[in-house]
Amino acid sequence: MSTNAVKQEQAGAGSHQVLTFVLGNETYGVDILRVQEIRGWSAVTKIPHAPAHVLGVLNLRGSIVPIVDLRMRFALERAEYTAITVIIVVSVISAVGRRDFGVVVDGVSDVVDVNTAEVKPAPELGSRAATDYIRGLVSIADRMVVLLDIDRLIASDMTSFSGNLAQEETSVAATAA
Amino acid sequence: MTIDLTQFHDAFFEESFEALDSMEAALLKLDIGAPDSELINTIFRVAHSIKGGSATFGFSDIASFTHSLETLLDELRSGGMQVTLAISDLLLKSVDVMRAMLRSVQAKQPLDAQRISDLQFDLELIIAQKNAAAAPTYTVMPAAIAHLASSAPAPGAAAPGATAPGATAHRRWEISFRPYRELFARGNDPLRMMRELAELGELDVKADLSAVPGFAELDPQACYLAWTLGLTGDVSEEAIKQVFEWAEGDCDLVVRLLNAPDETPVTVAAVEPALAAEVIADAILSASAPPEEAKADPTVHAAAAAPVLAVVKQDAKADAPLSAIGDSGSIRVSVEKIDELMNTVGELVITQAMLSQLGAAMEGPNAEKLRAGLAQLERNTRELQESVMRVRMLPISFVFSRFPRMVRDLAQRLNKQIDLKLTGEQTELDKTVLEKIGDPLVHLVRNSIDHGIESPEVRVAAGKSPVGTVHLDACHRGGNIAVEVSDDGGGLDKERILAKARARGLVGPNDALTDEQIHDLIFVPGFSTADKTTDLSGRGVGMDVVRRNVKELGGKIELRSESGRGSRFIITLPLTLAIVDGQSVAVGSETYIIPLISIVESMRLKEASISRLSGRNEVFSFRGDYLPIIRLHELFGVEPRARALHEGLVVIAEGDGRRVGLFVDDLLGQQQVVIKSLEVNYGHVEGVSGATILGDGSVALILDVTGIIHAASLRVAA
Repeated sequence: MSTNAVKQEQAGAGSHQVLTFVLGNETYGVDILRVQEIRGWSAVTKIPHAPAHVLGVLNLRGSIVPIVDLRMRFALERAEYTAITVIIVVSVISAVGRRDFGVVVDGVSDVVDVNTAEVKPAPELGSRAATDYIRGLVSIADRMVVLLDIDRLIASDMTSFSGNLAQEETSVAATAA
Repeated sequence: MTIDLTQFHDAFFEESFEALDSMEAALLKLDIGAPDSELINTIFRVAHSIKGGSATFGFSDIASFTHSLETLLDELRSGGMQVTLAISDLLLKSVDVMRAMLRSVQAKQPLDAQRISDLQFDLELIIAQKNAAAAPTYTVMPAAIAHLASSAPAPGAAAPGATAPGATAHRRWEISFRPYRELFARGNDPLRMMRELAELGELDVKADLSAVPGFAELDPQACYLAWTLGLTGDVSEEAIKQVFEWAEGDCDLVVRLLNAPDETPVTVAAVEPALAAEVIADAILSASAPPEEAKADPTVHAAAAAPVLAVVKQDAKADAPLSAIGDSGSIRVSVEKIDELMNTVGELVITQAMLSQLGAAMEGPNAEKLRAGLAQLERNTRELQESVMRVRMLPISFVFSRFPRMVRDLAQRLNKQIDLKLTGEQTELDKTVLEKIGDPLVHLVRNSIDHGIESPEVRVAAGKSPVGTVHLDACHRGGNIAVEVSDDGGGLDKERILAKARARGLVGPNDALTDEQIHDLIFVPGFSTADKTTDLSGRGVGMDVVRRNVKELGGKIELRSESGRGSRFIITLPLTLAIVDGQSVAVGSETYIIPLISIVESMRLKEASISRLSGRNEVFSFRGDYLPIIRLHELFGVEPRARALHEGLVVIAEGDGRRVGLFVDDLLGQQQVVIKSLEVNYGHVEGVSGATILGDGSVALILDVTGIIHAASLRVAA
C-alpha cells in the first residue's frame, strides 16, 4: 500500500485522494492510502512516561496501537472525548519499518481528489519545525485544507518517545550532580 | 527439454544439512571396533545421497569429496576395514567439511579448498594404506575382491552349497579373521585356533597391526589384532569353520578358496534387505567395470548420462536416511504462517471472552442455550489455542543433539574422559526459546568440562571413577521448563572464588559471604578464576552472558555446588515467549500484569513492619530482610485508590537478584496472557516488557520487574 502511495507521488499523476478531517476550526487532510481504518473512541491504556499528547494504547485487532491526540499535538484547546470522537488509524513509514498509529480528531469530513498541481507550499512562518509536517496547502470548495506529512509528524514523536526517559534520566543525573 | 535444477537447490541443501546431522549422530553412536552395521549403512546412505545430489546439481567439489568419503565408508560397510578411533575422527571431520562446503555453495562463496583437499588426501591415504596392506590378494584375485567389497561378511551365514564343487585336492584357502575387541573376554584364544589350523595343512599367518592404538590408549584386555591366514591342503570349508566355531559372533570371518578362479565367492554374506539392491547394483557394475570402479557409486554413472533420471534416484535414496532416523511424516511450514495463525487464534480468544461476558449478562428464554453454546466455544477455542501453540513447540533434542560431538572433541583436547548423559530430550519448548537457549547451554557444558570435571588422575586420586559424567536434563516443571547441566567434578572452589573477588575488590576483606553469595560471584561480568586463559574459558566472559541470555528469555538460573561432588546449573525457562503466566494487579483504574516467575509472594503490610529510611525511602521487613517499597502509582504516574501502605498490598518481586515490594491497590487474579509487543508500533518503555489484551478487549501492560527496580533506583538517587 505504501509503495503504491510512493509511486503515485513520484509519478506526479494529476491527482490523489485525501481523507479530510476537522480539528477545531481547521480542516486537515491525509493521504487516503495511509489510512488503515476509522473507528470510534474507546478508553485507552495509559503508557508510563509517555509525552502528554500520546494518550495511551489500544487493541486494534490484536496489535497494540498508540493513540495520539492531534489537538494536544498541535497545541489546540482540549476537547472532551465523546461517543462521536473519532480515531483515524494510519500507518507511517519510519526508519524501523511500518508502524501503525491512531490519531484522535474531532470528526472525519470527506474523501476528496486533490490536484497535485494545486497544492501550495506552506508559507514560511519563521520557525521551521512548526511547519515541518505540513506537506502543503490546498483549497477545496473554498476551504483551506492542510495536507499533513504523517511520516514526519510521527517521526518527530518517535524520537521523543525513545528519548523521553533518557532525557529524564540525564536531567535527573544533572540535578543529582 | 531442460529442467531448471536451481529450483531444487534449497530442498537439496535443507535435506543435506538434515542428513549430515543424522550422519553425525550415527557416527557418535558408532562403537569403535564393533560397529553396528545399521549405523554404518545410515552413514553410508547420507554420503551417498549427498554425492548423488551434488553431482546432479553440478557441485563437483562436493561430489568429488563425498566420493572419497564414500569409498572409505564402503570399506567399513563391507568389513574390509575396521572402525578405528582415527577413522571415526576422520569421518567426523568430513561431516564438518561437507557442512562447510554446502554452506559455501549455498551462499555462493568460494570453498576452503585447502581444508577440503587436506582432508580428502587423508581419506584417500587411509584407503590406500589399507589397499597396500591387502595388495597381494588383490593381484591374485581382483574379481573376487570386487565382489567381496560389496558384501558384508557375517560369520556363519555362508550360503549352503557355496563350497566349490569341483575343487582340486590341494586347495589354497584364504581366511580373513578379524576378531572383535572383546574376543579374549569370551575365552577365545587365537593361538589355539591357529595351532589347530596348522594341523589341517600348511599355514602361513599375516597379522594386521593397523588397529593397535598408542600405548596410552591400549586396553590390555582388548584384541586389536586381525589376521590373514593362508591355508594349503586338502581341507574342507566346514573343517576350517569348525576351528572358529567358538569365536562365532565375536569376529568377522571370511573363508575363501583362492585357486579356483572362476568360482563365485565362497562366503556370501547375509545381506539385509535394504542393502540388497545396492549390492546387486554394484555386482552388475563390477561385471563390466574394472574392480576399482566397482566400488564407485552407480548414481554417478547415471548422473553423467542422464541428470533428470538421477534426480529421481537421488530423491528415492534421500528418503531412506530420513525414515531411518524415525521421521514420522511431517511438512515444512514457514514460521510466519504459524505466527499469523497464532495471532488469529489470539484474537479469537479475545472475541470469545468478550462474548462470554456478554452472554453472562444475557437474560431471556434462550439465554441458557446461548451460555451453553458459549461454554462450548470457550473449550474449543482453548483447545485450538493449545494446538497452535504446540505447533511451535519442538523437542529440546534439537539443542541437545549438538553436545555429543562437542563433548567428545573437548574431552579429547583436554585429555579427560567424559561420559555425556542426555535425558528428557523429548521435552518440548517453543522454537524461539529453543533457538536462544543453545548458546548458554554450550557455555555451561563447556565450563563443566573445562573447570568442573577433573583430569582422570585427579579423579582416581580422589577415589572417583576416571570417567567424569556431564548430565543434561530437561523436564517440565509447572508451566516452565527446567534444563539442568550437572557434572560430578570438583564443584566450585569457594575459597578461590572468594580470594579472586577480594583481590578484585568485589568483596571486602572481612565480609563473610554465604555459599549462595559466593556462587553468585561467578555471574559477575569479567569474573574468572582461571589462572591462564585458554580458548575454551578463562576470559571471564561467559557466566554473566549466560545469565543475561536466560533473563532475556524471562527465565532464571540457579547454581548448586558441592565441593568434590560436582555442580548443578538449573535453568528455569518459560515454555514459550508468546505466553506468560501473570498476576493481574490493580493500580487506580489501570490493570498491570506481573509475570508469576518474578513474584515471590504477596502480602498485606502491617503498619509496624514499615519503616522509613531518612524519612523518605520506605522499607519493610520480610523474613529478616529489609526490602524497599516501590509505589507503582508513583512510578507510573497513576492516581491510586490507596495511598496508605496498609490499605493496599505489596507484591514481593525479584529481579536482577534483588527483591523489592511493589505497592499495588489490589490483586485481581492469575491468568495466562499472550504477550504483544509495544515496540512494534511504539517503543520501549522502562519497566514494561510488553502488553496484552484482556478479556474485555482492553490493553494491559506487562511489567518488567528488573526494569522497575532500575527505574526506581534512579528516582531514589534523584
